[in-house]
Amino acid sequence: MSILVIAEHDNAELKPATLNTVTAAAQIGGDVHLLVAGHNCAAVAEAAAKVAGVAKVLHADAPALEHGVAENLAPVVARLATDYGHVLAPATTFGKNFMPRVAVALDVAQISEISAVESADTFIRPIYAGNVLATVQSKDAVKVITVRGTTFEPAAAEGGSAAVEAVDAGSEASDKVTFAGLEESSNERPELTTARIVISGGRGMQSGENFAMLEEIADKLNAAVGASRAAVDAGYVPNDYQVGQTGKIVAPDLYVAVGISGAIQHLAGMKDSKVIACINKDEEAPIFQVADFGLVADLFQALPELSKELDKGA
Amino acid sequence: MKILVPVKRVVDYNVKIRVKADGTGVETQNVKMSMNPFDEIAVEQAIRIKEAGLADEIIAVSLGVTQSQETIRTALAMGADRGILVETDEALEPLGVAKCLQKIAEKEGPGLILMGKQAIDDDANQTPQMLSALLGWAQATYVSKLEIADGKAKVKREIDGGLENLEIALPAVLSVDLRLNEPRYASLPNIMKAKKKPIDTMSPADMGVDVSPRLITLKVIEPPKRAGGVKVESVAELVDKLRNEAKVI
Repeated sequence: MSILVIAEHDNAELKPATLNTVTAAAQIGGDVHLLVAGHNCAAVAEAAAKVAGVAKVLHADAPALEHGVAENLAPVVARLATDYGHVLAPATTFGKNFMPRVAVALDVAQISEISAVESADTFIRPIYAGNVLATVQSKDAVKVITVRGTTFEPAAAEGGSAAVEAVDAGSEASDKVTFAGLEESSNERPELTTARIVISGGRGMQSGENFAMLEEIADKLNAAVGASRAAVDAGYVPNDYQVGQTGKIVAPDLYVAVGISGAIQHLAGMKDSKVIACINKDEEAPIFQVADFGLVADLFQALPELSKELDKGA
Repeated sequence: MKILVPVKRVVDYNVKIRVKADGTGVETQNVKMSMNPFDEIAVEQAIRIKEAGLADEIIAVSLGVTQSQETIRTALAMGADRGILVETDEALEPLGVAKCLQKIAEKEGPGLILMGKQAIDDDANQTPQMLSALLGWAQATYVSKLEIADGKAKVKREIDGGLENLEIALPAVLSVDLRLNEPRYASLPNIMKAKKKPIDTMSPADMGVDVSPRLITLKVIEPPKRAGGVKVESVAELVDKLRNEAKVI
């Protein structure tokens, strides 16, 4: 049976989490079809057709699908799903929001945020903030699955040449929900979940202004800037900076935790990073137990020093 | 308006999770259990709406073993008015839970269902969306700001790219995120009063819902631990290690 992957996009560009989800689909085995549902999103459908390993692109275009509103998107996916053995979406706020509605429409269980594919019906997923890995098997006719991006390599964005087929984009928009605008945080730096290097600040940063010290270093390393829940709760930075169990899951080559104690729910979001470094003045902080390189220091002295040290070059 | 608040009994967030020796699940015997922290935020929000005069009754619902009553009592002590326990020893999955909640919502007719965006045990993040779909009501997930007026809810949702604004018609199902509010602690007099508040008990079978699991858990393991623990003496040494040993910068 073929596998349907739901593309995440903004009607202009394919979001990178889609590519990791395509890889998960390829591991299940079978033709991978990519659904691009949106409005005036032909450019995305064209980009989707070039993704390596995609056999066909389904393009559903309607005003009601412009903003990915769950009530409008889920019925389109559910209608297509009956022709497939698996339906996959990224476990981002986009995918998590509508996929359970697809599961309900098909009266099947959803398997949330898988981190590995064991076979076509058996998957591994982290539970308890990643402190436990459960292997689960589904006997449902259609398997509705969300995919943790950090544990699957992205499929190549170029190299494929799939056909694009227009599909039924559904009827009317739900009259119960009105989209009333996005407040996107402006950020010129690399995206948190795909950056090769992430530098995050915690409560130890003491203010939002002090995050400028992290940004200066991030710019020198081409890194993304993240934060702990404590820093977001304190209002230092917006919610989309949050790394953790209920924020973003990241697994960069290098994660630098500054002024972050290392609560379980924060570790859940970054402990799969290849290398972890930390700077914290409390040598008892749990972050040191997971850090490959820990520096016990006052961050207000260490960060300017770090910035200078990076200028010295390799 | 009635507000329905489903609350889940989970292993307390401070407890170190241990996998059972036979790999069949997580140890919950003699482990401190508490209300799912996200559900506490939902209870708090319901109470604030009632305090603002926009609701007249708050019903806390829990599903699971007999001891889930304690979780309902916690909600009652915070300020909910009455409880419903759907008692079962079955290992519950989001779809079965959502179907039971659907039956309760159809009977009680709440104007709003407020619930945590996910439970910190299975991290599924499904039940609110499933319940909304089953009822045919609007949904708003990951709500960090909520205003109710004229039979509508204006919400801000925390999404990966920032915040999304939605206006949704009531009745609706909202799943709440961390920054919506800070839940109150129950006072001792309120804990005493909560003991007298009524809790109805029923079973999934009473409601005609099949909650048998759809997924088979083959095994659970603890992921490999990181080694960690190496300390460096200076910023210069840190940069040197990252550059020349780890080769990541």
